[in-house]
Amino acid sequence: MVRSSISPFRFAAFHRPGVSPADRFFRATVFTVAMSVLLIMGVIAFELVRNSRLPIAKFGWGFLWGTTWDPVAERFGALPFLYGTLVSSALALLIAVPVGLGVAIFLSELAPRWLSDPVTFLVELLAAIPSVIYGLVGIFVLVPLIRNSLEPLLSAALGFLPFFQGAPYGVGMLTAGLLLAMMVVPFVVSVSREILMAVPHSQREAVLSLGATQWEMVRIAVLPYARSGIMGSIFLALARALGETMAVTMVIGNRPEIRLSLFEPGYTMAAVIANEFTEATSDLYVQTLVEIGLVLFAVTILVNALARLLIYNVFTKVEVRE
Amino acid sequence: MTKPVYVIEKLNAWFGERHVLKDITLTIVLQQVTALIGPSGCGKSTFIRCLNRLHEVVPGAKVTGTILLDGEDIYGPTVDPVVIRRRVGMVFQKPNPFPTMSVYDNVAAGLRLNGVRRRAILDERVERALKQAALWDEVKDVLNKSGSSLSGGQQQRLCIARAIAIEPEVLLLDEPCSALDPIATARIEELLLELKKSYTILIVTHNMQQAARVSDVTGFFLLGELIEFNETRQIFTNPKDRRTEDYITGRFG
Repeated sequence: MVRSSISPFRFAAFHRPGVSPADRFFRATVFTVAMSVLLIMGVIAFELVRNSRLPIAKFGWGFLWGTTWDPVAERFGALPFLYGTLVSSALALLIAVPVGLGVAIFLSELAPRWLSDPVTFLVELLAAIPSVIYGLVGIFVLVPLIRNSLEPLLSAALGFLPFFQGAPYGVGMLTAGLLLAMMVVPFVVSVSREILMAVPHSQREAVLSLGATQWEMVRIAVLPYARSGIMGSIFLALARALGETMAVTMVIGNRPEIRLSLFEPGYTMAAVIANEFTEATSDLYVQTLVEIGLVLFAVTILVNALARLLIYNVFTKVEVRE
Repeated sequence: MTKPVYVIEKLNAWFGERHVLKDITLTIVLQQVTALIGPSGCGKSTFIRCLNRLHEVVPGAKVTGTILLDGEDIYGPTVDPVVIRRRVGMVFQKPNPFPTMSVYDNVAAGLRLNGVRRRAILDERVERALKQAALWDEVKDVLNKSGSSLSGGQQQRLCIARAIAIEPEVLLLDEPCSALDPIATARIEELLLELKKSYTILIVTHNMQQAARVSDVTGFFLLGELIEFNETRQIFTNPKDRRTEDYITGRFG
């Protein structure tokens, strides 16, 4: 595992006088490029805040838990979108994590080389498909399938739960969650596979020599050793799901309401920005959409920070152990 | 008195195309320590990994010949390698405790795999294994701490405790001291002499003094062949084969 470390020596070298001009030029260049990343982050945050002054002043923190979305009366609340984003992403993870982890375990532990290499390649290719293509698959394949088969089945079997009640539209939270799951599975698979393959052979052999079956080996030695890294892969998938716009917009139904039933349409933060930005007539409306963007930005950063923390954690732990 | 535990006949092993063990035939006797010596890459590690069917988990590995463990062919068509591994404990070159488990859970891991669930039984067997591994006094107050928090020598004794907790018939040790300092090595050697009373032990080692100190019989491997197999005293004082003599006197190569 590659882990960059910034040694005091390298900082010292940066400031050392009398290094060659070419080196100084090189350092100044890469330093500038590196800093520009920070600058871009700062500018995004600053502009998002600056361009949402009106709604911030008008609604305050109440914006975050307001449930009304009435552009005509200019009364805006972000909660339905926050809810839609979080629920569709959570649903996606609920499906994608077991599936993705299963695939990763198969690829790293069970599949012969001739099978695992091409499958890994194909799985990673899935991550490269543009989201609008997924959206089309959602509309033409997933929506009819869910409307005609999955939703009637679910309401027949689990209809006593509030999550599976109501008319099967086909378009709604469940479909968005399923489509998102399809889109994030490759992330879970490829990162988890790498992590699982990094578990030392000595750990596997230790548990095999105690008389473990292959499943027991995975359960006892491999998964616990890799757990922080797997958590990291889940958080990366979550970050991806939170920000996904196009595919979700195409299947979620785009209705700013909070409904417990997953059959009902919903709306996400990314989707409302994409859909309503061109229609926003007043300054307040436009700035409200920008503020939605600000909330999404904050949620995404929070999730990513958590993922970094976890990944950092796993690498430092492994270092101590080796 | 000299009851055979392992009867090995015409054992051959491969890694892909590489023929790493050639026609090994020998018998391992109950409650003796057998040392296997030889230069790196001579096949001695592969040999003991054949004895618990761990060789075959490496992709491309192949084994032919027969190995009888208490009269049962462990490579027989209906034999489950998992069952064999439960009868044969193994300790590896580098200490490899499970880092996410406590000291206690490390030792209990094999017992739990064997279906032991009752806390009282687990407690008793864990304590016994740790005592047999001469580790109990050092860890009895830190049973809940991570196995990787121990020192290298303690970790290796923890691995020995983990292996003997399931009371195997045979204990295989693959260069168990090569990652340890001389003091930790001396402790493990003392421990082996103690364990010899209850277990049949095979130890692979690069350290000839170690082989001479702990073993009753010694086998010398060279390029995948068993050159000489005899009582340790014989091997070290009066080797039959010229190559054995060259190796043990350090005049090799």
